[in-house]
Amino acid sequence: MNTVRLRLALLRNAPVALFIVVLAVFGSLSDRFLDVQNFTNILIQASHIAILGIGMTFVLLTAGIDLSVGAVMYLSVALLGIYLADASPILAVPAMMAVGALFGLVNAFFVVRLRVAAFIVTLATLFIGRGLALWVTETRMVFYKDQVLSLARAEFLGVPWAIWVFAIVFAVAWIVLNHTPFGRQVYAVGENPDAAAKAGINVPLVLTTVYAMSGACAGIAGFVSITQVGAAASSFAMEKEFAAVAASVLGGVSLFGGRGGVAGTVFGAVLIQTVQNGLVIVNADPYIYPLVTSSIIFVAVFVDSQRSRILERLGRRRIRIEERPV
Amino acid sequence: MALLECENLRKSFFGVEVLHGVSFSLDRGRVLGLVGENGSGKSTTMNILGGVLPRDGGRIRLEGADYDPRGPKDALAGGIAFIHQELNLFENLSIEENLFITGFPRLGGALPFINRGRMRRRARELLEQVDIRHPPGTPVGSLSQGERQLVEIAKALSVDAKVIIFDEPTTSLTRREADRLFGIIERLRRRGIAMIYISHVLADVTRICDDITVLRDGAVVGGGPAAQMPTERMISLMVGRTLDQLFPERTCTPTATPVLEVRGVSQPGVVHEIDLTLHAGEVLGIAGLMGAGRSELARILFGLDSFHSGSIAVDGTVIENPNPRTCMEHGMAFLTEDRRGEGLMMHATITDNIALASLDEYASPWARFIERTRLGDEVGRIGQKVRLRAADPVAALARSLSGGNQQKVVLAKWLLRNPKVFILDEPTRGIDVGAKFEIYKIIDTLVAGGAGVLMISSEMEELMGLCDRILVMNHGEIQAEYSRGEFDSGRILEAAMKRKASVATPGAIAEKVA
Repeated sequence: MNTVRLRLALLRNAPVALFIVVLAVFGSLSDRFLDVQNFTNILIQASHIAILGIGMTFVLLTAGIDLSVGAVMYLSVALLGIYLADASPILAVPAMMAVGALFGLVNAFFVVRLRVAAFIVTLATLFIGRGLALWVTETRMVFYKDQVLSLARAEFLGVPWAIWVFAIVFAVAWIVLNHTPFGRQVYAVGENPDAAAKAGINVPLVLTTVYAMSGACAGIAGFVSITQVGAAASSFAMEKEFAAVAASVLGGVSLFGGRGGVAGTVFGAVLIQTVQNGLVIVNADPYIYPLVTSSIIFVAVFVDSQRSRILERLGRRRIRIEERPV
Repeated sequence: MALLECENLRKSFFGVEVLHGVSFSLDRGRVLGLVGENGSGKSTTMNILGGVLPRDGGRIRLEGADYDPRGPKDALAGGIAFIHQELNLFENLSIEENLFITGFPRLGGALPFINRGRMRRRARELLEQVDIRHPPGTPVGSLSQGERQLVEIAKALSVDAKVIIFDEPTTSLTRREADRLFGIIERLRRRGIAMIYISHVLADVTRICDDITVLRDGAVVGGGPAAQMPTERMISLMVGRTLDQLFPERTCTPTATPVLEVRGVSQPGVVHEIDLTLHAGEVLGIAGLMGAGRSELARILFGLDSFHSGSIAVDGTVIENPNPRTCMEHGMAFLTEDRRGEGLMMHATITDNIALASLDEYASPWARFIERTRLGDEVGRIGQKVRLRAADPVAALARSLSGGNQQKVVLAKWLLRNPKVFILDEPTRGIDVGAKFEIYKIIDTLVAGGAGVLMISSEMEELMGLCDRILVMNHGEIQAEYSRGEFDSGRILEAAMKRKASVATPGAIAEKVA
């Protein structure tokens, strides 16, 4: 039994060990890598993935998945550039969140009401979302005005604007998950939906809310990302959904529901961005980037499945009670 | 006035009535023991009380007022808490969060934030009442089974339950944990809480209950104060049935040739030192209560689950690396207890289902295409043999068949392979009487043809009517063995319910049969 617990502890801390290895390797290859300025850059670059991942975490905690977030990012950014080009960010961000939440409600309708697998629903809405965005942009590149682009360099109290947004989203999500009844019910639904329903939790409402939240987070992530990129091409936010899932899973959120939290997701997003950044700094062959990132994701998913397997074995119902451990 | 009164409760499933008017009443500060065989209607009755199932007829009164729960939440609000055998706790959350998952104390009373301080204080009070010494923030996943049970009780107390229903609360508890539970039950009784206690462990029922009600076939067949209900009387009331002509004449007797030999098979926490020998021409029954380890043993024998020590041999050859594939190659067949989920592909045709386990034999020599004509002929022949009745005996979908015909399809699938050993887990569950008879006849034909059948069943008369020998399992061990002629439902039930007695090793099984 003790060796099982030990293995579990090792698996739980595997991502941290990975992070230390990454720091050591890139740090020894380049002296610029361990610079404070470089870490600020990493945080800025990681912010949109982290925000996307935070929304994804809510969905994953209920044992669902939302593959449409990258498409929602693109769609909300496209709508912003075309219909709200002159709006101030104070108005633009809530509008983009609303677009995302609406999209999330569509996902939720199919997942919760029609009981279609979340993977299939959100895979379909991924293409629908990108299709809508291509239609409204007529597949042309969308450019943004100064009130959006100037935010890339804006700071408040010496901290870049993107990091503030990142921090606020994280703080809100953390409080919701840990200190509100809704947050704890998300965990309960993910662990055992039947028991949750028997306990009187409104399971459909919880599920609907997490998809709406994931969509809203994608709207925010789209805005943060566009301030950095400056223009949205048809490939904008392509495959970001996988980065978001990877960040969550790397941070210890289980694909099987009920386990993990947003702090882990933020860690995962930073880890992925650190690797990307390190590869750039050491001038690695660009063709190697996807290989490195994908092997990290593979490690994360592998660790998650191993952990679930061990937990399942620990939880198996006993028929007889061995008086002494055999 | 009684606290809870049930009058004439009726319930049907798919047009078959399973509760034929169950009545009982319960007073404050009393513990009512509810006993009966598997399928006697205990769980159905309690599910009605707990709001899990609606009732079809009858009346329930709680404190004199009509009580009509529309769901578990309603029942809880009315003061009836149901502690299920499978606990409804969230292992990923802490004890206190589990206690208040649907009613967290909030900051300022209405803000959307949890008042952690207040939650902790209330959780401490509740945990003290059930003697849990862990801090309320401990994750439930790290508690023992017994402690989790106590958390469920604390949860019932948190909503001021007037009636607490326990469904087999001790099945996964150690003796010490069970004693601790009984202490708590005693304390609750003194506080005036009424309890219904369902258990197969009759000694426990006698010990902690004030009154006992016995159910059989969905009706109350007896009851009274616990002091006037010795264990023997409970058992005779529980089984009290006569065997009539429900079973076909057996056309063969067992030979002395073993086809399946299991020696010392153990898997910690599941089964312990299982020894059994199945002979050609023999139907060997395995009796036992739910959770005695019968299905788990079947899965181990067919290589679905691993085991720690021991050996399994078919026809004298030990299976070296048991998995379903090797077990099938050695001549085993396994009919699972979950026909719809594991036994059949419900959306596939009869032919596809029957062919599934033998596709390799019907592939053409070179290209490995399936020889549809040859397969179709063979499926038709087997279908006739098991008297499969379907609108289209080849292309009908499995889900369109009746339960009995579905089970015949599963049997046909294995018959196509000509196995020597059949492991049948609850082969007649959910099948009507006529189809049962036909399944029994098929089983008789199988053994008459030289195969051996290992049959797990929860229906005692079925085992007694069909088997040459019956093994009784209890706590993952073989507790007793009876040969045809010495079958006695009372003794079998007693062996199945005995709590942790010394292991009765069925030593010279081969000699007995020979």
